[in-house]
Amino acid sequence: MIHRNTLRGLLLGAAMLTPASARAAGETIGFSQIGSESGWRAAETTVTRQSATERGYDLKFADAQQKQENQIRALRSFIAQGVDAILVAPVVATGWDEVLKEARDAEIPVVLLDRTVDAPDDLYLTAVTSDTVHEGVVAGDWLKEAVGDRACNIVELQGTTGSSPAIARKKGFEQSIASAPNLKITRSQTGDFTRAQGKVVMESFLKSEGGANICALYAHNDDMAVGAIQAIKEAGLKPGSDILVVSIDAVPDIHLAIAQGEANATVELTPDMAGPAFDALEAFWKDGTLPPKWIQTESRLYTSADDNQAVYEEKKGLGY
Amino acid sequence: MIKATLRRIAPQLAILALALALNFIVFPDFFSIRMQNGRLYGNLVDVLNRGAPTALLAIGMTLVIATRGIDLSVGAVMAIAGAVAALAVTSGHHWTAALGAGLLAGAVCGLWNGFLVAVLGIQPIVATLVLMVAGRGVAQLLTEGAILTFNDPGLSGLGSGAILALPTPVWIWVGVALAAGLLVRRTALGMLIEAVGVNERSARLAGVDSRALLIAVYLVAGLCAALAGVIVAGDIKGADANNAGLWMELDAILAVVIGGNSLLGGRFSIAASLLGALIIQSVNSAILLSGMPVEFNLVIKALLIIAILVIQSPKVKRAVYLLRASTGQPARETRPPAPRRPAEEGRT
Repeated sequence: MIHRNTLRGLLLGAAMLTPASARAAGETIGFSQIGSESGWRAAETTVTRQSATERGYDLKFADAQQKQENQIRALRSFIAQGVDAILVAPVVATGWDEVLKEARDAEIPVVLLDRTVDAPDDLYLTAVTSDTVHEGVVAGDWLKEAVGDRACNIVELQGTTGSSPAIARKKGFEQSIASAPNLKITRSQTGDFTRAQGKVVMESFLKSEGGANICALYAHNDDMAVGAIQAIKEAGLKPGSDILVVSIDAVPDIHLAIAQGEANATVELTPDMAGPAFDALEAFWKDGTLPPKWIQTESRLYTSADDNQAVYEEKKGLGY
Repeated sequence: MIKATLRRIAPQLAILALALALNFIVFPDFFSIRMQNGRLYGNLVDVLNRGAPTALLAIGMTLVIATRGIDLSVGAVMAIAGAVAALAVTSGHHWTAALGAGLLAGAVCGLWNGFLVAVLGIQPIVATLVLMVAGRGVAQLLTEGAILTFNDPGLSGLGSGAILALPTPVWIWVGVALAAGLLVRRTALGMLIEAVGVNERSARLAGVDSRALLIAVYLVAGLCAALAGVIVAGDIKGADANNAGLWMELDAILAVVIGGNSLLGGRFSIAASLLGALIIQSVNSAILLSGMPVEFNLVIKALLIIAILVIQSPKVKRAVYLLRASTGQPARETRPPAPRRPAEEGRT
């Protein structure tokens, strides 16, 4: 035991001594992506590739197709190739200890993107994620501001039941509006994060509550909001004015909706998780600076005050 | 003929009435319908409209199951057809051409399934599993993993438009159901399908071209799925390859089962399967209208469906029959010797 710890100390020490100035651009970085299950994920991949190219890295990309064993295999292959760093967006939280130890033994820093793992935090360099509770808070704060003092009945479209973003975004929003007694959630149902379900559930809300009694819609993601906007229009109401629409993610189509006045605000879940990760890696390579264990990305709010048409044009090519 | 059909679908009609009554209990305005923007607007219309994809899938699935088969790929085929149609319309083709392309994609998928089952003799559950898994990948390749949106009023009208005040999807599924019903019942086709389902070998020896028939039913299932996929894409003005039709094959099978059709093949009723689809949609509607916390959704749905299936099970039917007989209630069977009917397989 003592022996192993000593060894670890030596290895870590060595890891911190070796990098330094000798390295120039042209580092090889392995990136194990979960898959392409959503537009956001596709955009994250695109942005990561782009910023790696800009910085002159050689990015080795591995698509795990939603399987942890594929990710572990990819990580082992990156280790065998002796890459300079590994980025991984872990598909599940558990079962990473072994392979992360292998990476540490090979002195390869690992950065977690977008999700974290249940493993001792000395096994990875840092995790770059968004604070999903905070996203809900930002959405709630915007709505409080927009509504002011008038009474407002809110309907909520939740994400997939039991998924961590759904739980956190609900929690954050509720925290935020708890201080405003005039804001009340009257209906809350899951729309499974999809457009189709968002539309179906909104149709039901409009009938059970009566369209005139709904003042705002809070959707846990933009896709559900886009579906709900169609349902609101088909019910003969104006989304964006009759019913305020606030959602999270900031995918291109919601920017288009905001530009057309059919949605009001969205909180960005940035697809640029790799940017902060690369910054942290560069600092680490340069002089061994250890970043904090958690780097929180900005949850930026977009409203009609922004040039949403321009943002749409800019984001449209990212693969959302 | 009509009387026989009515007797066949009586249990499903009763359950549908109960499911609608449940909606009425949780939401008293359930039955109110008004005109809005020149179309009928109300929960009842929603049940018919939102039930369209399941109903369309159930038509094809009923025929496949009647041949003792199963088609697990319909959900993935929906995603493919939606993606193909969206791709066609965004690359500048007319929406009718896009619809045709979507249907063609469904037909190809159906023929592939039929080929695996009828020509290569692979078990249907395995043969269609191939496309269930691979098909969604194909759809994702077509849309490059993103939601492929379009603004063509013709194509989106298939999913969210209205004709004569009724939503277009309702016309589509009712039309397809009538066509399929007439085709199998006004010709010998239905009987031949049943013959293949009961015993393929004897059917073949009796001169039925079972191979062609099997390929045909999978082709119909593929076409129905493609139509459902185009409707779903039109509804949200976009092809969502990741989610379109996800797990819909299970709802379709459930609709067929609630319709009292045996998974072992043989006698079938498309009307009963369609009622099954409407029952499922009514249950979904009741859950949405009830305003219960979302964590209860699946539990409530499961409980209701278990109840429906238990009521329909042969053992319970027999028990009810015996109970009636012993209490001397004049059941429908007043004819002298108590018939042995319920003792034979529930559904004859």
